[in-house]
Amino acid sequence: MTNKIKNQNLQLYLHIPFCVRKCAYCDFLSGPAGAEEIERYVAAMMEEIRSYRQQYAGYEVSTVFLGGGTPSILTEVQMEGVFSALRETFRIHEDAEISIEMNPGTVTREKLRCYRKAGINRLSIGLQSVNNEELKLLGRIHTMEDFLSTYRMAREEKFTNINIDLISAIPGQTTESWLHTLKTVADLEPEHISAYSLIVEEGTPFFKQYGEKEETSVLQSSDIPKLPDEEDERIIYKDTEKFLKERKYERYEISNYAKPGYECRHNLGYWQRENYLGIGLGAASMIENRRFTHLTDRAKYVELIEKNQFKQLIEEQENLTLQAQMEEFMFLGLREMKGISKEKFAEVFGKQIESVYGEILRTLRNEHLIVDEKNFIRLTEYGIDISNYVMSQFLIS
Amino acid sequence: MAIIEQNRIRNFCIIAHIDHGKSTLADRIIEKTGTLTSREMQSQVLDNMELERERGITIKAQAVRIVYNADNGEEYVFNLIDTPGHVDFNYEVSRSLAACNGAILVVDAAQGVEAQTLANVYLALDHDLDVMPVINKIDLPSADPDRVIDEIEDVIGIEAHDAPLISAKTGINIEAVLEQIVTKIPAPVGDKSAPLQALIFDSLYDSYKGVIVFCRIKEGTVRKGTEILMMATGAKAEVVEVGYFGAGQFIPCDELDAGMVGYITASLKNVKDTRVGDTVTEAERPCAEPLPGYKRVNPMVYCGLYPADGAKYPDLRDALEKLQLNDAALQFEAETSIALGFGFRCGFLGLLHLEIVQERLEREYNLDLVTTAPGVIYKVYKTNGEKIELTNPSNLPDPAEIEYMEEPMVSAEIMVTTEFIGPIMTLCQERRGQYEGTEYIETTRALLKYKLPLNEIIYDFFDALKSRSKGYASFDYEMLGYERAELVKLDILLNKEEVDALSFIVHASTAYERGRKMCEKLKKEIPRQLFEIPIQAAIGSKVIARETVKAMRKDVLAKCYGGDISRKRKLLEKQKEGKKRMRQVGNVEIPQKAFMSVLKLDDE
Repeated sequence: MTNKIKNQNLQLYLHIPFCVRKCAYCDFLSGPAGAEEIERYVAAMMEEIRSYRQQYAGYEVSTVFLGGGTPSILTEVQMEGVFSALRETFRIHEDAEISIEMNPGTVTREKLRCYRKAGINRLSIGLQSVNNEELKLLGRIHTMEDFLSTYRMAREEKFTNINIDLISAIPGQTTESWLHTLKTVADLEPEHISAYSLIVEEGTPFFKQYGEKEETSVLQSSDIPKLPDEEDERIIYKDTEKFLKERKYERYEISNYAKPGYECRHNLGYWQRENYLGIGLGAASMIENRRFTHLTDRAKYVELIEKNQFKQLIEEQENLTLQAQMEEFMFLGLREMKGISKEKFAEVFGKQIESVYGEILRTLRNEHLIVDEKNFIRLTEYGIDISNYVMSQFLIS
Repeated sequence: MAIIEQNRIRNFCIIAHIDHGKSTLADRIIEKTGTLTSREMQSQVLDNMELERERGITIKAQAVRIVYNADNGEEYVFNLIDTPGHVDFNYEVSRSLAACNGAILVVDAAQGVEAQTLANVYLALDHDLDVMPVINKIDLPSADPDRVIDEIEDVIGIEAHDAPLISAKTGINIEAVLEQIVTKIPAPVGDKSAPLQALIFDSLYDSYKGVIVFCRIKEGTVRKGTEILMMATGAKAEVVEVGYFGAGQFIPCDELDAGMVGYITASLKNVKDTRVGDTVTEAERPCAEPLPGYKRVNPMVYCGLYPADGAKYPDLRDALEKLQLNDAALQFEAETSIALGFGFRCGFLGLLHLEIVQERLEREYNLDLVTTAPGVIYKVYKTNGEKIELTNPSNLPDPAEIEYMEEPMVSAEIMVTTEFIGPIMTLCQERRGQYEGTEYIETTRALLKYKLPLNEIIYDFFDALKSRSKGYASFDYEMLGYERAELVKLDILLNKEEVDALSFIVHASTAYERGRKMCEKLKKEIPRQLFEIPIQAAIGSKVIARETVKAMRKDVLAKCYGGDISRKRKLLEKQKEGKKRMRQVGNVEIPQKAFMSVLKLDDE
């Protein structure tokens, strides 16, 4: 891509690194904190937002995403403060998609009303399972009943774009209990469903129990529920797609399903390599092919902002080479079910995709891992199952 | 430096069983004579290879020149040559001994005489050296010097009652050792004005100086400008520099004459022109005949060494040539494997030697290597009367053409405390050993004698011996020759294709067991791929064991959002990197370490 700015759109991500209690599988940058600490953090974040006024004057914000942690932990006053800072600083498109992540049990009617007033038009609720036993095992703070009351309240407050997050392959989960979760959720008719397969991340309590090697965990885990094996896990993924299709949810990414027109624009932006600016602790950005990430030490974050040392918030940065851009184009684009557009590749890089990846594409086609459909190249069903393998092939270096 | 009189020179080495404190004593002698200040002293000065320091062993013989002011008021020059202790490096020991007139025998005051103590003393006596015993580690609570002195006199048969009782570690009584070097080790003899006759006992390649030849001058004199002749190779060259060995450095001097130990650099272009054991003489006035030199040692263990990156093949050849220059026991010849491409079949003295060479190639020459399972040389007698010496299992003829095969045997002596005799005998039987007798050294210690097939001891016998005797057993062996045996070639098939680099020869009685373990091991080593991979072990066309690597089922990251992209990229890069370290055989990818897995079959 040339350095000339063609795309003036900007997506914003705001990180709220707080939650009531850490879940057993969670490796996000988040944790519980006292009211004072939260207040100091929010004040610092508002300062950070204001610091961007000049730098991003040429951009129009197309999406905003408040993620965490549990952003719904913030008070109404704090939320209003954040949004007034945003609107003072950025030009936000009137049809912008503005999402917030929330956990049942942290949301009140007053908060929902505050969100509407602030312009939030999409809610993403972390449910994970409808089975209270499974919720307990995951270390969630809420029950299915808490969720239902939050969900109903949100509908009453006229939120018309709601996502529900679910996790499959929970230890001890059966195909039946998963399908029960799916059915119960689909009956509620949210506009969007994210169905992730559990990833046992290093550093989480789950990692100690379920570690990397399935073989060893089988030996250790005679008294704790077992992770579903690979075969069951794949059946779960396939059943999910089949079931949700019947309910008119289209799978548009490896783990994301939506009713037509309700795909998450913010997340699509990540896979389509739109510019995005991350605000807050540990937040990642990509602006004009430069990736940079904020530091993860919260006290230091607040301190630097209080001293007006905004530049030092960046801990890591990288200017993507043309090659790296192509690689990202491939491995991010293939996450979408429609695949990558050959035309878009040619348009962005000024080269035909076959001239760069011809041999790799041929091999993967022969291995039935990718398939051409009109002007797109997408993963096959088996290609999705082992997508890391497929994607790694596109790394040239 | 003034010319030194011959009777003030002492050329000696230190010999000992491994771990009895040989290198520590060398350090202490160097320190006491002031060759280095203690600030310059790095522990174990003579072990200057990084690898030697790390492992705490001596691999290469090293020489150093020391000046000592004796109690009689005279100044003496000591040439100390440090020697390796491990059984694999006996060859190096014998080279060093040829450059000496005497040897200090270090014996541990607690452990006493061990198998290697005996072997080294006999080597020294073979070279007509005067052996001077020293009792080390007297500071240990378990030290029993009186018992050890008796043992040396009884078992070895050399006078030991005036042996200095020392602690090389703490520096106790080192002066006594220095004085005895003067009084007990004979001065060299030789005529300075005779035609030059010098024995090459080592050499190394230096990128500035070229080939540096280490030699002991037996007769005559060599100086800058002398036209020299290598008697065996016929190479001629003009001497550029002569000098002696400081601790870890080369110090030039005007001339080297009869009795001295030092180095020569000359306008020698080809590293092959200087062969260790050859005699250096003057081109215009050659000596009558070459010195006896050394017996050429033959490698006992063979394996294939391949560059991980095929393009590095010439680099590997170059590195092997340079290593061979000062490691004459290393042999190699080019070979090709279907699985691994171009590489070399290399011969080593033993498994430690193999490991050392492999590590040196990787560290000093920056090469990434794939090593195949080591094996010994088998003799194959064919039905048509032909005889083959087999170093690579893939070259074994069709069984129908084989009349019979022979394998090399060793005579092993294992010194062990009586409480461990049982477990050690069991170990030897498991390794197809034939019991030949027991000699009691004292009431609590015995020397077990076994006849063992060499291929049973090259892998992990030494480790097994140590672990079954809580570290107390010591071991030495010598080659006995060949014996007929029921041997078979075990082939490994991956996805129905034979992988030549994984074949090995094994005794028929253990083939099933080995085949099964090999398949299990490979199943763990080979990552899942897009299709199911059967792993089979076969003798000829008969499959004797089978395992399966299931097809890759799931390798997918559920989430990838803004903050995950860099991390995701690293993950994919790692995955791709892992693939690079694989070898493609047919359509199966094999990790490089799998080729060594046959070695570790006894782990589990």
